[in-house]
Order: sequence, then structure tokens, then C-alpha cells
Amino acid sequence: MCGIVGLFAKDKRLEPQLGALLSDMLITMSDRGPDSAGVAVYGHGHDGRAKITLQNGDPDADLDALVAALRHATGETIAATRRGTHAVLELGAGAVNAARRILIDRFAEWRVMSTGGAIEIYKEVGLPARVVEAFDVPGMTGTHGIGHTRMATESAVTTHGAHPFSTGADECLVHNGSLSNHNNIRRDLARKGLTFETENDSEVAAAYLTDRMNDGADLGQALECALRDLDGFFTFVVGTRDGFGVLRDPIACKPAVMAETDRFVAFGSEYRALVDLPGIEGARVWEPEPATVYFWRH
Amino acid sequence: MSQARPKVRTEPVQSATFSKAVNAEIRRAAETGIYDIRGGGSKRRVPHFDDLLFLGASISRYPLEGYREKCATNVTLGTRFAKTPIELAIPITIAGMSFGALSAQAKEALGRGATIAGTSTTTGDGGMTEEERGHSKTLVYQYLPSRYGMNPDDLRRADAIEVVVGQGAKPGGGGMLLGQKITDRVAEMRDLPKGIDQRSACRHPDWTGPDDLEIKILELREITGWEKPIYIKVGGARPYFDTALAVKAGADVVVLDGMQGGTAATQDVFIEHVGQPTLACIRPAVRALQELGMHRKVQLVVSGGIRTGADVAKALALGADAVSIGTAAMVALGDNDPRYEDEYRALGTTAGAYDDWHEGQDPAGISTQDAELAARLDPVLGGRRLANYLGVMTLEAQTIARACGKSHVHNLEPEDLCALTIEAAAMARVPLAGTDWIPGQTPI
Amino acid sequence: MLDLAQTPLRDINAALQAQARGGNRTRWEIANPRGSHALAVGLDAPIEVTIRGSTGYYCGGMNKQATVRIAGSAGPGVAENMMSGRVIVDGDASQYAGATGRGGLLVVNGNAASRCGISMKGIDIVVRGNIGHSSAFMAQKGNLVVLGDAGEGLGDSIYEARLFVRGTVSSLGADCTEKEMRPEHLALLDRLLKDAGMDDARPDQFRRYGSARTLYNFNIDNASAY
Repeated sequence: MCGIVGLFAKDKRLEPQLGALLSDMLITMSDRGPDSAGVAVYGHGHDGRAKITLQNGDPDADLDALVAALRHATGETIAATRRGTHAVLELGAGAVNAARRILIDRFAEWRVMSTGGAIEIYKEVGLPARVVEAFDVPGMTGTHGIGHTRMATESAVTTHGAHPFSTGADECLVHNGSLSNHNNIRRDLARKGLTFETENDSEVAAAYLTDRMNDGADLGQALECALRDLDGFFTFVVGTRDGFGVLRDPIACKPAVMAETDRFVAFGSEYRALVDLPGIEGARVWEPEPATVYFWRH
Repeated sequence: MSQARPKVRTEPVQSATFSKAVNAEIRRAAETGIYDIRGGGSKRRVPHFDDLLFLGASISRYPLEGYREKCATNVTLGTRFAKTPIELAIPITIAGMSFGALSAQAKEALGRGATIAGTSTTTGDGGMTEEERGHSKTLVYQYLPSRYGMNPDDLRRADAIEVVVGQGAKPGGGGMLLGQKITDRVAEMRDLPKGIDQRSACRHPDWTGPDDLEIKILELREITGWEKPIYIKVGGARPYFDTALAVKAGADVVVLDGMQGGTAATQDVFIEHVGQPTLACIRPAVRALQELGMHRKVQLVVSGGIRTGADVAKALALGADAVSIGTAAMVALGDNDPRYEDEYRALGTTAGAYDDWHEGQDPAGISTQDAELAARLDPVLGGRRLANYLGVMTLEAQTIARACGKSHVHNLEPEDLCALTIEAAAMARVPLAGTDWIPGQTPI
Repeated sequence: MLDLAQTPLRDINAALQAQARGGNRTRWEIANPRGSHALAVGLDAPIEVTIRGSTGYYCGGMNKQATVRIAGSAGPGVAENMMSGRVIVDGDASQYAGATGRGGLLVVNGNAASRCGISMKGIDIVVRGNIGHSSAFMAQKGNLVVLGDAGEGLGDSIYEARLFVRGTVSSLGADCTEKEMRPEHLALLDRLLKDAGMDDARPDQFRRYGSARTLYNFNIDNASAY
């Protein structure tokens, strides 16, 4: 139950403003979700390098010690940037899995928000205005981004219960609605070895898409499968390293508005979220059809 | 010489699984091809307020003197946002029952009785009638998925607005009023053709989910100048989450209806197999309010199987601010009265079991639109009977509260209770009688 | 001119609603709606309100007598439960346009999204463009006129509302069927099109849809439609 925003820049000149535009869109949706807020921002990244976004509730946690331990264990050069309760590590793409194992084994208080060549995820409890400020989202550059403000239905109001959910490299998902068969899907996926951090239905949806893509589907195909296997009410907005997708369930009564111009594709739970986008007056504005996969790629 | 011995046979045994009633229902389904539709609430025995007892006072606690030392019963509903909260003399309200399901006389009687007793009555899925508005000092206007008869004038002349998301008899379900009851007047109020089966939707037509509900509440408040309390009524399905979400969406009052709560007409399978007993719903809802810092700020009204002052006192002790009655109010008016036994038998049933309210042949003249039958209920007399009954329940609740040393019924607490059964102890989260054991409660 | 950038929603609605108790201003303009919800709701006076921009949920909700023009697009539930008067949307309307409306005229000059006219109870709705899926679901009374195309499941479980579509219908819902266009329907349609200012459409270009009335009283042989 929530407010969703998404922005996919077609025009490179919009990229420096992506964080600022996305932040304003998300703040406009605050009424739809008072519990927590989060964003996924896709930057350009560097060839052969990958990013790990971490979160630690303790503001005095020792990031340097963690970086030193990882450097020692992997032999990698690691750049670390701290933003509020989060930190982004940049390291060789080949070392991500090893680093992740070390984090889980030895630094459990640092929790992995996302991994990938381009994605960074920032999320916390509280209203969007406070959350985007805490991470300086308005200052971020990116090719595309997704934001979410949450009204929790059945799972806990925690940092980890906030959206976006990322269950695979450079993948993220946000959700407005309520799934009705996520517990069985979660059990099926857990049997296949996927792990879950929360009781949230939306995390199951994210993991479901990851699982499909691990089996060789592209995002569009994975979303088609979701229509068959996921029951309940949903509007999903999903991101991959170079793609941006939208899917509504066949009943499609959770709100969704899209706008497209030569410069961008944008998503909002309500039109209000889109009103300040540059050139919105001339945009094609429409509501995505039920059970229809929408997908854009760079 | 051998003598023939009588043959010894095993006593015939009726299967408990395939009981006579079950077999009869299978035959009925095979014969007619339609599921059983009926009125009322769950008839099966479920853990209920009967399974709780008050401890009373003795040496460690001091009781109040009956009839002399005051025990207040007043309750204010809608103190959170509404400019004009509802002030009631007693913590017992009359639940929503539609004109259509009930006769105009019955609706009038409910209004009269509630007004004498100093409490509110509620419209239902069929719009507001002059009879009930005119005779109800305090009238709650239901805002339902069907929106039959919905209009801004009635919205403004209501004293509170109840957004109905669900009811205990059928959480997640809509309704079905058979054609016999869609008379000219009912049809006109609902903008439906006369005589057809009326199918009520299970979701509201223009919002889904708590985020949209918040905006719907904004609209209702803007139309009514932020004056009237907005209640949200939910069926006892997931009371912890639903209460929390109603609060987040901006409710002034949460109305929580357990599975014993009645309905005018729905599938028997829905009534008996969907939803939780009232007893099991209260504590999770109160916990949600407490965690949000909203207990007693957003009021909780509990309904579903409330019959006596003891039930009222127990619901309040578990954390409710008020209770609501529907079926009991109908019985007070004369529903299922044995004096109509011959007529009940002619309908193939018996007094106390009559539940085909949707068919409109109610001998007591309450759940009907038949003019002749409806004329059997004198609204003035009916109102008096209801007021008497509400008065008795209030006196009973006060008696118990005084015995527990309370000068207001709202000061009853879960710690004033014990449970007779393990099930009730677990659901109400009070200790099993004679022990300090609350099943499922983690030791502190 | 009322400006939502400067005046709170509650004050704007209060000023418009106060016209019901006597007022001498018949023309109002509202600037900077920026997708705000519950704007110009509960009006009850023959005034004209023009909103300069796009609105959020439930604009013109429960309107009586007033003419509300949205010079932009409308969010979900525009003119929901309208009693009388007019609501005109220059752009598109989101889902639930005219939901449960009991009277008056709703004109959408662009497209209307899903569930247009859901549970309508006497309102007239005229849409220049297309309408989305599940429109006129359980529609009880009134007229829905669509100059463009209709989405999936048009008129599912419909009662006595009349549906007129000029373009294609993706699919009809349960118990909705095409019906004969008789002279009285052509005359009705002519009046509705003129009222809505749709001068370029002719009644004979439309097809009429309505209830087959097979679900009006339960019949076991129709159980699969439930």
C-alpha cells in the first residue's frame, strides 16, 4: 500500500537532475505512505567494478575497519562512501560474492541493500522528505531511478521492510498492493535456495523475478511469468541495470499514471507526482493497461 | 430341540461427520443447485464471552455500593478529528441494518429505542429513511460499496459516517438480497428494478486499499466540513492489521465485527467458515491501537454476539470503548418470538431458528417488506422494548463494574477477568481460572 | 480566483460550498490544483467553477447543480456520486470516472481509464475518446456514451443503464449484450451528444449495449457467470 515514483532518462542531459527530480516526485507522494521511504538510483558505474550498498543502524559503526578487513581478505582496492546510515563500497566485480560472504559471516550488523554495477539503494523508516535528505538523494546523478513511500499492511515497519527490494544484481522492485499467495511462493523459492530478509510480500515478488531471470528469462519474460504465478493486487515498478519496467495485475485497481516525452519515461501512483517534470505539459500521459508488461531499455 | 434365538444386531450409529443435518444439506444442494443463503450470524459454538468471568472485589479490591455510588457509562466517539464528536449515554449502540432488509417500522423502532436509551442507531445498505432519521437523535450513516441511495444531503444530516469495509458475518464478501424484498420503495431507493436479486459488491467502487481510503476519507470530510466522526467498520479477519490501517487512513472510530455478527443475507458457508470469533478479535485490535498510541483516542466499537450486560462489560474490559448490537436488538423487537410458533412451523422452521430473513416472510414483521406482516410491529412499542433492553444491559454492566470497584465502565481491565477454558484464555489473553497461566503468552 | 498555492483546500471548498446558502458570485476559478484531491466537492449551487490544471482523486464529488470544468486531466473518481449539474474534463479522466453517479452530466473530452461509470445510478457520461476495462460494471441506471473504443468487460453484471459505443468493444462482460437501437434511443443519443458538445458525432454511428437480464434472478444454469 503505497506511493510509487519512477523516472527513466532518455536524454542524457537529464541525468544530473535525476536524483532531484525523483526526490521531489517521492515527497509529493508522502500522504500515500507514512511509514518508510526508499529509492534505487542507477548510476553509470565503471567497467569491471561493482557496488555494494550497506546499511547499519549505528551511526558510529566503524566503516574503516570493515573496508580494511575486506581489502585484506579479497586483495581488492575498495572505495567506500558513507551516506547517512548507508555506505557504498566499490570494488572489482569479480570480488562481490566473496565480499558478500565475508559481510554475512563477520559483519552481520552491516546489511546488504543491493549489489551490482550501477544500482544503489537507500531506504529508512520515516517520511520521504527526511529520508531523501538523509542520503542527499537530490544531489545524485543517474540514468534511472525508482522511489517508494510505504504504508505497511502486514509486515513490520523497519528499514528492511522498506522498498525497494533488491534480490539480484542490479535488480530492484517496488510494489503497491497486496499479494495473496506470497507465502506459498516464498516456500517454493526458499526450497530453490533463495533467502529472504523480511516477511514482506513485495520481497517475494522481487525474489520471484530474480529467480526467473536466473533461469534465463529477460525482465519482460519474467514479468509475463509473474502474471501467471502471482495472485492478488499489484502495481510493480522494477529496475535492472539498463531497464525499467511496469506491471499491473489483471484487475488493476491500484493507481498508476505514466508519462513519456522524448526526454524521459516517468511513473507515478498519482498524477501529482509528475506535475513538476520538465516538459510534462507536452507529455503523452496514460494509465498502464492491466496485465500488460511495459518495459524500456537504454 | 433348538430354540430360535433373536438375532443380535449392532446399534445403528449415525456418523458424526455425515450427521443428519449434513446429509440433509447435501440432498438439498443436489436438489436445488444453489448454496444456502440465510440471515444472521454464525450459529456454531465458538469461544465467547460466556467463557470469561469477572473476579470482583473482596479484600484486596474494594467494591462500589450499588445504586448509591456512581458508575458512569457515557462514551464519546470521534474525538480524534471531528469537530462534533458523538456523545452517548451508554456504551451500547445499534448496528447498521438496512431499510430493505428490515421494514420501515422496524427501522423506526430502532431509532426510537436508541433515542430513549441515549445512544445511536445506524442506517444500512439501502440509504437513509425519513422514519429512522426522524426518530433517531443520533444517526450514523453507512457508506457502503453499493452506495444505494447515497447522497450529500443525507451525508450532511447524519451525525457520523461509517465507511463499511466489511462485516463479521462475511469479511471479504458482498451481499445478496433476493427479489422478494425489492419492493417499489426499496427499488426506488436503490435505483434498481423491482423484484430482481440484488447483488452487493464486496469492494468499494472507487477505492481499494488503505492509501486510497485515506483520500476517500478526506473527500467525505471536505463534503461535511470536517464536522462528523468517520468510523471504519471491518469484519473480524485480521484485526491487528486492519485496525492499524484504519487508524493510518484517518479513522476517528474503528468498528470491529466478529463472526457472530449478523447479516441480512449471505451464503451460510461464508457465515460459518470465514472470520474470527469476536472474542479473538478484541485484543489484537487493542494492541494495534496501543502500539500507535491511539487507544481511547481512536475509539473501538466491538460487535458480534453481544447479548447481555456481562458481554458488554467483558468487551469493555478487554479494551473496547463501546459495543454494538444488531441481532439482539431484533430479538428485543420480537424476532423469533415463540408466540409466532405456528407460523414459523408453516415456514418449515421453529422460533429461535428462523434465519431466512432474505425471503421477507418474517412472522414478527421485522425482516420483511410485506405491508401486512410489517404492520405487526408497532414502532412505538418496539422502541420501548428496545430501550428497556438497552437499559437492562447497561444496569448489568454497571453492576459488574461496581463489583470490580470501578466508577466508570471504561475502567474495567483485562486483569479483572479470568477464563473458563484454555481456548478463551488464549484468545482473550487472560489467565485460566485458578491459575496465572495465559496460553501463548511468553513469560516476562 | 482562488489559488491552491496560497489558500488551503478546506477554505476553497468551504467558500464554494457556502454558495449553497446564498451567494452572489456565480463564476469561480481555481489555480494551481496540481493534482490535489477532493477539490470542489459537495457543491450545491448553480455556480460555474473552472479549475486551471489537473486534479487528483474525487474532483467534483457528489456535485449538485454546479458546473465544474477541469481545464486539465482528472484523477480517479471524478464526479463520483454526482447528483446533478455538470462536470467537464478537458483532458483525460483516470479510473472510476462518474462512479455511482445519480444524475447530472459528466463530459470527458479525452479518454477515460478503467471502471468508467462503475455502479452508475442515473448519471449521463459522455466520453470523446476511449474508455478502459470494466467500465459500467454493475451499472444500474443512466447513459454512458463513448465516441471511441471500450476496453475489456464492458457492462459486466449491468442492470438498466444504457451504453452507446461508436468504436469497438474489446469484450462484453457477463450479462451485457448488444441491443437494438430504436428511434427513442437515437433521439436520446442525439440529445446527449448535443448536451455534451460532441457536434461531430451522429447517433446512427453508435451501437447500443445493455443488460440481457439473465442474472436478475438466480438460475442454476447461469452459475458459471457468477
